[in-house]
Amino acid sequence: MQHQLNPHQWVAAHADYLYGFAITRINDDELARDLVQDTFLAALQKTAGFQGKSSERTWLTAILKNKIIDVYRKKSSGLQNISEKEAEEEQNDFFNADDGHWTKNNGPKEFGIEDSDNLVSKEFEQIMKRCLQKLPALWMSVFTMKHIDEEPTEIICTELKVTQANFWVIIHRAKLNLRACLQRNWI
Amino acid sequence: MSYLKKVIHNCKQATFLIEKKSIGKITLRESFELRVHLFGCSFCRIYKKQSRVINQMVQELFRSSMHRDYKLDENFKNELQGRIEEELNKN
Repeated sequence: MQHQLNPHQWVAAHADYLYGFAITRINDDELARDLVQDTFLAALQKTAGFQGKSSERTWLTAILKNKIIDVYRKKSSGLQNISEKEAEEEQNDFFNADDGHWTKNNGPKEFGIEDSDNLVSKEFEQIMKRCLQKLPALWMSVFTMKHIDEEPTEIICTELKVTQANFWVIIHRAKLNLRACLQRNWI
Repeated sequence: MSYLKKVIHNCKQATFLIEKKSIGKITLRESFELRVHLFGCSFCRIYKKQSRVINQMVQELFRSSMHRDYKLDENFKNELQGRIEEELNKN
């Protein structure tokens, strides 16, 4: 089936979805609204290129994704890098410098949710949200593109201009900080 | 410290391999080293479980919160559709 575009219904049909997509990734209300607007306006310029192979929503989401990546790039360049430095420094405490073993206070402890299925309290969810927000912009983007959007690693590296080696380092670091934050705030 | 001893006690390297293995490929040698490490390290066994649970929870959180929590207000939407109509009329 060929999909078609109907810009007269765009806002009613997709605005909330795109807004949710944007705000869960960039955590800035005003910026998220701007991106939704930019996405629709950019899409209007591209309607001629729409081939009907993907759904309208998928097509619009792809445009939004590119806009989000631009935001990540801007955020992870220049002064903003301070947050990455701080996040890296936090990890110096996780492992002993000489042998790489967990330090006394930072070794993983059970959260008590490891074996239950899906039944996670609202409270834990809120902590998870706050911990995600603490990740540096570049780490957050690598993490969400891989774990949420399930993009191929090569694409993430190209889009965000990171090397493969650096990609794995970031994946590792993001999870270490996220897990440690959960442990600090939950147990 | 011998090479093997270094690896089997290195939790930083082990957690790196756990992450890499969960979404990519690690070598046979790395896979062996990780198994030996996990056999002897209860911390990293917990880490491995939690790492997986965190992935699932984050996915669940993104999917559910996108449908539930975020709605634009009607004013914004009306203005936005208005702008789109304006653009459409230009052509």
